[in-house]
Amino acid sequence: MDQLIWLRKNLFNNWYNGVVTIVCVIGLFSLGRGVLFWIFNQAKWQVVTVNIHLFLVGRFPRALYWRIWLALAINSIVGLITWHGLMQKYHSPKNQLLQKAYQLIRPLLAPIWLLTFIITIWLLGGGFGLQSVPTNLWNGLLLTLLMAFVSIALSFPLGVLLALGRNSELPVIRWFSILYIELVRGLPLIGILFIAQVMLPLFLPADWRLDRLVRGVAGLVLFSAAYMAENVRGGLQSIPRGQFEAARALGLNTFLLLILVVLPQALRAVIPTIVGQFIGLFKDTSLLSLVGLVELTGIARSILAQPQFLGRYMEVYIFIGAVYWLFCYSMSLAARRLEI
Amino acid sequence: MTNSQPPIWRNYRFWQIAIQVVAIIIALVIVNILWNNANHNLRQLGISLGWDFLERQASFDIGESLVKYDATDSYGRALGVGLVNSLRVATLGILFATVVGITAGIGRLSDNWLVRNISLVYVEIFRNTPLLLQLLFWYFGVFLSLPKPENKISLFGLGYLSRNGIDLPTLTYQGVNLTPEFSTLLLGLTFYTGAFIAEIVRAGIKSVSQGQREAGLSLGLRPGLLMRLIIFPQALKLIIPPLTSQYLNLMKNSSLAIAIGYPDIYFVASTTFNQTGKAVEVMILLMITYLTLSLTISIVMNLVNRTVQIKER
Repeated sequence: MDQLIWLRKNLFNNWYNGVVTIVCVIGLFSLGRGVLFWIFNQAKWQVVTVNIHLFLVGRFPRALYWRIWLALAINSIVGLITWHGLMQKYHSPKNQLLQKAYQLIRPLLAPIWLLTFIITIWLLGGGFGLQSVPTNLWNGLLLTLLMAFVSIALSFPLGVLLALGRNSELPVIRWFSILYIELVRGLPLIGILFIAQVMLPLFLPADWRLDRLVRGVAGLVLFSAAYMAENVRGGLQSIPRGQFEAARALGLNTFLLLILVVLPQALRAVIPTIVGQFIGLFKDTSLLSLVGLVELTGIARSILAQPQFLGRYMEVYIFIGAVYWLFCYSMSLAARRLEI
Repeated sequence: MTNSQPPIWRNYRFWQIAIQVVAIIIALVIVNILWNNANHNLRQLGISLGWDFLERQASFDIGESLVKYDATDSYGRALGVGLVNSLRVATLGILFATVVGITAGIGRLSDNWLVRNISLVYVEIFRNTPLLLQLLFWYFGVFLSLPKPENKISLFGLGYLSRNGIDLPTLTYQGVNLTPEFSTLLLGLTFYTGAFIAEIVRAGIKSVSQGQREAGLSLGLRPGLLMRLIIFPQALKLIIPPLTSQYLNLMKNSSLAIAIGYPDIYFVASTTFNQTGKAVEVMILLMITYLTLSLTISIVMNLVNRTVQIKER
C-alpha cells in the first residue's frame, strides 16, 4: 500500500505528470533494453581486460610496477592525513588527542608534500640507484593523475601572485596581471597547449631541450593559473575591510598583512572552488592527447589502433569515461563536504 | 627643513615607483631575450616573419563550408571559411545548450521523481567526463558506426541518420545535410554545456524565495504559469552571469573540432601552420579572433543582463 501511495505522490500526482512518467518509462525501457543487449551480447570487453595495464600505467616496465604501488601508497597516506586535517579544521573534532596531533602536523604539510612529490618522481623516473624509466613510458591513468596534480600544485602559487597583482594599487603590476589573465582566459586550452609545445621551444635558447611532459605541464600551468587567479580574487574580495584596517592599525606592512591576515582567510574561503577547478583541469588533461602525450585518452587511441581491436570504440571510450567519471564525481562529493 | 624629511628608503611613494620601474625593466628584458631567441631560432629554421602568406594559395581542401571555397583560394580565405564554420557551430551550440540546460535544470526540481532523477543522471554523467572524450565517443562510437546511407535510419520521417550524418529533407526546400563532424561537435557541445547550464538554472531557481512561489500559487497560477511569470524572471538575474561564462566556454571548446576533423577556425589555422610554419602569426590571428568573439559574447550578454535585472523600487 505504501508503494502505491509513493507512486501516486511522486509519479502520478496530476494528469500531465502521469503522461510524463509514462513517456519516460517507455523511453527508459527501450533505451535500457538496447544498452543491456549491447553490454552483454554485442560488446567485446576483451579490449579492456587484455589492455588493463596499458590503461592504468601504459608501457611502464612490468618488473618495476612495485615502484608505482609504493608511490601510490605514499601519496594515499599523505593525502588521507591532509584530508582529515582539513576536515578537522572545518568540523569540530571529537577526539582531543587527534586534534593535538593535527595541530602538530599541519605546519609540516607543505614540506611533507614537497618531499612526497620528490619521492614520487624518483620512484617513477628512477636514477640515484634505481633503474631509470624514460618519461615516454609514463602513460595512461598514471600520467593523467601526475599531470593534473603537478599542474594544479604549480598553478596555485602563480595564481595567488596574479590575484594579488590584479588587486595591487600599483598600476603597472595591476595591468600586467590583467593583461595576462584576460589573454589566457580568452584563448582555448588547446591553443595554450599548442603554444607550450610548439612556440615555447621557439622562444627559448636553441640548446634548451624541454621534455614533452614538462612542456605539457607548462601549458596546463599557464592556463590554469589565470583561472586560479580569478578564483583567489573572489576569496580576496570576500574579506571584510575591517581585517585590512585592523592589520594596518597593528603596524603590519603589506607583506605581513597578506601572509598573516588576508591570505589564510581568503584561501580557506576558496578551497571548494579550487577543488572544482581541479576537476576541470583533470578533465582537461585529456587534451594533452592532441599534442602527443599518451595519457588516458591518448593510450585509448593507441589501443584502438591495435589490429585485433579495430572499431571497438564504444567499449574503450565507455571504460575510460567511467574512469574519468569516478575520479571527477568523487572529487565533487569531496568538494561538497568541504563547503558545509 | 630638508633635515626633518625621512630618508628616501623610508618613503612609501619612492618604493611604489621603484617597484613599478623594476617590473617594467624586467618585463622588457624578458621580452627582449624571448624575441632574440625567437628570431635566432626562426632563422635557423629558415622561416621569416610576415603576413604575406595570407595571400598565398592554400592548396588544401576544406570538408564543408557555407561560403564558396576551393583549394586554389588563399590562406586568408581559408581562415575566413574556418571562422564562419566556428560561428555556425558555436551559435547553434549556444542555442541548443540553453534549451537542453533549462529543460534539465527545471527537470532537476520537478515534483516527478522519475524526471528529477533522469535529469540528475544526465547532469552528473556529462559534467564529470571530458568533453574531448564525449566528442570521440559521439564521432567514432556513434556516427561512424551508423549504417551506410542506403539503409539509413528514419527519425519519425523528419530526418534520417546514416554514416553521412543527419539528413533533414523537410527543413528547407533543398533539404539540409549535417555532416557527421558537424553533428558530433554540435551534439557534444550541446550536451556537455547543457549539463553545466542545468546546474546554473537549478541554483538560480532555488534561490527564488519560497514566499514568491506560495504567493503565486495563492493567486491561483498553475505551475507552468508560476514558473514562467514569477519564478524564472527572478531567477534570471542570478542565471545570466554564470551563463555568460558557459557561453564563452562553449565558444572556446568548439576548437576541439580538430579532434574529429571539423574545419573550424582552429583546425584551419593549425593546417595553415603545418604548411607554412608561421607559428607566431597564426597564433596572433587566433588570439585576436578568440578575444573578439569572447568580447562580443560578453557585450551581448551584458546587454541581456541589463534588461533582465529587476528594477528595485
